[in-house]
Amino acid sequence: MSIQTSFPRPGSTVTPPKSNKAFRLALYRLRQSPLSVIGLAMVAFVLFVGIIGPELVPFPEDATGNTRMEARLTAPNETYFFGTDDVGRDVFSRTVIATRTSLVISLVVLLIAILIGIPLGAISGFFGGWVDEVIMRITDIFLTVPALLLAMAMAAALGTGMVNAMIAIALVWWPGYARLTRGQVLSLREREFIEATRALGGGRWHTIFRHILPNILSAVIVKASMDIGFAILVAAGLGYIGVGVQAPTPEWGVMISEGRGLLRQAWWASIVPGVAMFTTVLGFNLLGDGLRDILDPKTRR
Amino acid sequence: MVRLILQRLALTLVVLIGLSMLTFFVARIIPADPILLAAGPRASDAQIQQLRERYGYDRPLVEQYLRYMGDLLRGDLGTSVVLRRDVGPDLARYFPATLELVLAALGIGVVLGVPLGLIAAVYRDRLPDQLSRVFSLGMVSIPNFWLAIVLQLVLAFTLTILPFTGRFDRLLTPPTTITGVYLLDSLLTLNFTAFGTALRYLIAPAFCLSLGALATIARTVRADLLDVLGTDYIRTARAVGIPTSVLILKYALKNASLNTLTQVGLFFGYTLTGSVLVENIFSWPGIGNYAVSAALTKDFVPLMGVTLLTGFAIVVVNVLTDFLYLTLDPRIKYTS
Repeated sequence: MSIQTSFPRPGSTVTPPKSNKAFRLALYRLRQSPLSVIGLAMVAFVLFVGIIGPELVPFPEDATGNTRMEARLTAPNETYFFGTDDVGRDVFSRTVIATRTSLVISLVVLLIAILIGIPLGAISGFFGGWVDEVIMRITDIFLTVPALLLAMAMAAALGTGMVNAMIAIALVWWPGYARLTRGQVLSLREREFIEATRALGGGRWHTIFRHILPNILSAVIVKASMDIGFAILVAAGLGYIGVGVQAPTPEWGVMISEGRGLLRQAWWASIVPGVAMFTTVLGFNLLGDGLRDILDPKTRR
Repeated sequence: MVRLILQRLALTLVVLIGLSMLTFFVARIIPADPILLAAGPRASDAQIQQLRERYGYDRPLVEQYLRYMGDLLRGDLGTSVVLRRDVGPDLARYFPATLELVLAALGIGVVLGVPLGLIAAVYRDRLPDQLSRVFSLGMVSIPNFWLAIVLQLVLAFTLTILPFTGRFDRLLTPPTTITGVYLLDSLLTLNFTAFGTALRYLIAPAFCLSLGALATIARTVRADLLDVLGTDYIRTARAVGIPTSVLILKYALKNASLNTLTQVGLFFGYTLTGSVLVENIFSWPGIGNYAVSAALTKDFVPLMGVTLLTGFAIVVVNVLTDFLYLTLDPRIKYTS
């Protein structure tokens, strides 16, 4: 590494050499924790299935209201790897296509929640006073009621369907991110480097965007990675109840709900989507758990 | 101390008022028109107008909210537009069943979670610890409504050792109602047959529901035990020659239990949420099941009632947990 002859001015885009080191340290720690590597592999597999899978399935037409009555309730065999449901649709194809549905829902939900939560939390923490008080009491209210129950009410109110389910879940999900951001901002605000930025003439927005937001990013990433699994479960729960994604769209919750009535004749119709969902959620949770250890040194034990 | 409690209660009140506004907002403003839904497609304009007036939907929103609040304070949770029944008595009838399920689940969570966390802490970073970690993450990753179906398939359908759905045998009379919690009622009336029956119906749904709490309790117990085991007094006790088992069970676990208690309090809410789906699958006659049917028929008054009751129950449990923590931890009295 060459010796630096000049100091980067505040606001300049010189990448500090430290970040590469931090990245290598993170990689090293990742290798030290086999469970996170397994999680990473599972997530990679699920992402692959979600992105490419729907293009490769043997019966893509089964994503719609297609029926194949002559093949109904077929047990798993070489044509229908995971059997067929009560109208003869291929459970394997539908489960794979549903992976994409669930990934899209959970990612969009978290994205909306983050886009609402971070600005509100940052405002709350940075400006304080009555603004902080009002925003925090609102998050209190949302955090009191179980997410699923409120999302259920919102989804019922907004009307069923995938888009409304996403809006409903995101509307009850943002307070967690607002709280997280606020806490981080509050502790960062008092740190020397923020003080230094201001002393050097960095404006308020410059401070927020260049120095505070990048520093809370790792905490947000950790929370988001732990949340993806939970968001998938809540979305599937709405689908299962019947106020989320609607049949015939392939979605794990909807499939489990349809398969539940066939438990005695065709266990695969409800068991297979459940196993897929379990694998996905477990992968994200293993990865999130490992990421927390890597990115948040405070919780390392 | 008294000031702290009053402050906490005032904050709770603000949250509860906010909650009532939120439920009101969701139920009255977002939906297309609950009255049109309730009246059905063949209702005449006059009939719709009549319904609108009967339920007060023709008044300004502020007035509607104030009236709603006034009714709430008098314990009137409104009338279901679809069922044409008062929501309050319905909730009173269904809530004990949910409470029984949630408490049983939390009980299972503690009974299985504490030993699991203990083993993980004792065998820190060794195989049992890793297994306990995978197990805990696995437990929170299982969709509990799906696990419910798997349990039904295996225990009720294939092995036929547990009943399929419901809360009590249809052919038997449930225990005399005192609290509405069957296990408690049957014990109070010394009806041990009913106790056994109620337990057989309870065990599968309660187990499904306990997983989240079980996993979190195990992780909390492990982390807290590790904290305590690193302290000086434990090292001293070890140096004096107190055997490890006594050390952990008598000295360390006691100090680690405080945080676990808080976790159990916090998990009350989480478990209540989970009960919505689990109740639905096991046809458990609780408020979760009631909420699902209300959501499906877009019947917002019962849905608001359940949301409010749940929020209220969670707030009460949180406040109780706080106070219990304050009373149990001798250090806090001096600092506040």
